[in-house]
Amino acid sequence: MVILKDFKVETNPTWCPGCGHYTVLAALQRAAANLGLEPDNMVLVTGIGCSSKISQHFNSYGVHSLHGRALPVATGVKLANHDLTVVAAGGDGDGYGIGVGHFMHTLRRNIDITYIVMDNHIYGLTTGQTSPVSQKGFKSKTSPHGSAEEPLRPLQTAIINGASFVAQAFAGDINQMTRIFEEGIKHRGFSHINVFSPCVTFNKINTFEWFKEHLVNLDEKSDYDYTNKYHALEFLDRHGSIVTGILYQEDRPTYHEVMIGATKTPTSKLDLTIPKEESERLKALFR
Amino acid sequence: MKDLKWKVGGAQGEGIDSTGEIFAITLNRLGYYLFAYRHFMSLVKGGHTNYKVRISSEPINYHGDDLDILIAFDQRTIDENFYELKNNSIIIYDSSKFEAKTPDENVKVTLCPIPLYDFAKELGNSIMKNMVATGASCAAVGLEVTPFLEVIDDIFKKKGEKIINLNREAIQKGFNYFRENYPEIKLDLPDKKGKEKQNLFMTGNEATGIGALNAGCRFLAAYPITPATEIMYNAIANFPKFGGKVIQAEDEIAACMMAIGGNFAGVRSMTSTSGPGLSLMMEALGLAGISETPLVIVDVQRGGPATGLPTKTEQSDINEIIYGSHGEIPRIVITPTTVEEAFYYIQHAFNLSEKYQCPVIVATDMFLGMSKKSVTDLDFERVKIDRGLLLKDDELLKSGTGTFKRYDLSSEFGISPRSIPGQKNGRYVALGNEHEETGYETEDVEMRMKMMDKRMHKLNQFNPEELGVYYSEEDEFETLVIGFGSTHAQINEAQKVLKEKGLKVAHLQLKILHPFPSNIVKEKVEKAQKVFVIENNATGQLRQLIQLEIGAHVKLSSILKYNGNPFTVNEIVDGIIRKV
Repeated sequence: MVILKDFKVETNPTWCPGCGHYTVLAALQRAAANLGLEPDNMVLVTGIGCSSKISQHFNSYGVHSLHGRALPVATGVKLANHDLTVVAAGGDGDGYGIGVGHFMHTLRRNIDITYIVMDNHIYGLTTGQTSPVSQKGFKSKTSPHGSAEEPLRPLQTAIINGASFVAQAFAGDINQMTRIFEEGIKHRGFSHINVFSPCVTFNKINTFEWFKEHLVNLDEKSDYDYTNKYHALEFLDRHGSIVTGILYQEDRPTYHEVMIGATKTPTSKLDLTIPKEESERLKALFR
Repeated sequence: MKDLKWKVGGAQGEGIDSTGEIFAITLNRLGYYLFAYRHFMSLVKGGHTNYKVRISSEPINYHGDDLDILIAFDQRTIDENFYELKNNSIIIYDSSKFEAKTPDENVKVTLCPIPLYDFAKELGNSIMKNMVATGASCAAVGLEVTPFLEVIDDIFKKKGEKIINLNREAIQKGFNYFRENYPEIKLDLPDKKGKEKQNLFMTGNEATGIGALNAGCRFLAAYPITPATEIMYNAIANFPKFGGKVIQAEDEIAACMMAIGGNFAGVRSMTSTSGPGLSLMMEALGLAGISETPLVIVDVQRGGPATGLPTKTEQSDINEIIYGSHGEIPRIVITPTTVEEAFYYIQHAFNLSEKYQCPVIVATDMFLGMSKKSVTDLDFERVKIDRGLLLKDDELLKSGTGTFKRYDLSSEFGISPRSIPGQKNGRYVALGNEHEETGYETEDVEMRMKMMDKRMHKLNQFNPEELGVYYSEEDEFETLVIGFGSTHAQINEAQKVLKEKGLKVAHLQLKILHPFPSNIVKEKVEKAQKVFVIENNATGQLRQLIQLEIGAHVKLSSILKYNGNPFTVNEIVDGIIRKV
């Protein structure tokens, strides 16, 4: 029987006191324990940044990879052994800046992984620069006169391009976040979960208080239809994307079920021997 | 060695390649040894493309300097390839389209006009001009038409009887016309020494793909790029039967990172690419190095830099392959010299990558990757799969539930046993940061030194000469010629020519560049009076590497070629004679 403690490690995270990421870590540990997952059968793959350090504080197998590259590594892991529960995580700079290409392609393939983006609207580890989702006009060391760029809209991007599970959570509401993580991990296919996880050191605009004041909770909307893409897009637009809850979900085949060479047996468990008659057949292809 | 060289040329998109293929496959089945070289441009239709086949009585790895038969669908083919034609050679050309002009009256060439296009039109399909030309070629080399018709039956089996009959008719028509109009012309094929053989006719890329499969590779992540895409095609065709998976990644960064993910999770995984893709993989290469994750990258080199000469050959990625990626990592760089070696060395690459838990880069080039040759046989048993220090489930279970030291510093030679996700008691984080033994990041100065030393000394026990360095076995010589990878055949042939001219020449061909096989290179260079380093690049990257590794600055000189084409034998012979 797996308990919460099984997903904890002895070392303490190096995040700033009060950082939203602590709650994200706790919620992921709770979700994993609630779902009865085995730490040995889980892989947490992260990119680079404050949030990506989460892979070192979660007791499972892990890869702390390169900036922006968590998703292709997670893809490789899942396709190598689809019996594993694979979670990818990182920050908004990691996922929507340098890694946005992989984000688009991983979601359209419907790789069966859960992608948690700890979104604080800023680059934290590099001490406070504008991120791709910083609001227009946002002032930082790299945009002293206010950002001139429109922010990227990751949830809309995910919905339009074929993500089969799209949700948003808030580090200030661990219960809802835990439930969303559980749903995301259970979902067959790519689940994209954006988590507002405020940076208490460098972002003085998008604070816990700011989010609390502006957030609209979908759980309180009984008439919301999460199977309707247009509904989701309209809802996000109406509330400036500052919402929490499961926005969209659909059931469709995952990539490892339909890809070239798909097998029921996980790839890592295949017998690698090539029988004599097969090597002869291969040679005959070239005669 | 007697041989005959045949070439067909025309505009791209006219079926030149398939003409060459059908001609070559037939001769391969008849038991001749072939080497076929494809010349093409980075465009879809138009331009100039050609397919050259050298036919020999022995195995060969080069298409030859000159030419006996040229099939020309346009004047440009004659203009661009005339320099290769020998005295008493022939040009078969499409007289329904143009009147051939030969650019040099001094070369005795017989023109054989045949209305290829008109014949094809009579058959109702202009593309059949290729098969008319194939029939004429068959007659010109004195073969019977039947074996060609059998190949047609085989190749077009799926396309139905109508297409088969059309092709058969076209071949017969070309054959008959040539026999009737040019009865005196017959260029002799070499003696194939009896019976039909079971030779395989394959490219270096195909050998790489099949070799990877036999090595237990079950995951290829790649992005399309000439001249490496054929490896991907081969994997798509052959991996699934064995549960092997292929994914077309969004770019080479993703391809390489996916392969790292696959290897981390216990599947032998690789990526195949060419120079531009390799450049995008540089950061990932470093991740595999520091996280000690096995990784196999195949680089089918082409003309650089940037987009450079995308459909031409070059050996100019060597510096990047050996030194590329920021920071310092252990790595192995292998450079197979023949199609057969492409098959065997990719298998060694997977074994070495898991044994030393570091990236292995197999560097071929367009010339080796896309040229096709008759291969006597491939031995699927020769290289056994060796997964190195990959822990078994019961070994991990015995180790208790304490934290697993993935980067155990007490491991012999710095190579620590590896677990894979799903195994009990083996949890760790593979890290791009510097880390301590359990995989937790650290900036501790002592730990940093220990971990760097662990990684950088892993290859100390590896003897690069165990993979084989070709040496031509002369006890006494004055001149030493050194090459690496695909230049093997031309240097080999050049050595024979130079010996006939009275030079005492030895040939050393490197099949591994890193770690550098210093001992044998030093031994041979010390014996030589002059050393020539032959390579397809502009700066003499191998020469510089030899100088860096063993010195001998004065003895070494370069013979370089970087116009996109492989060396000819003559260029090597001339280059050496001028400097000796």
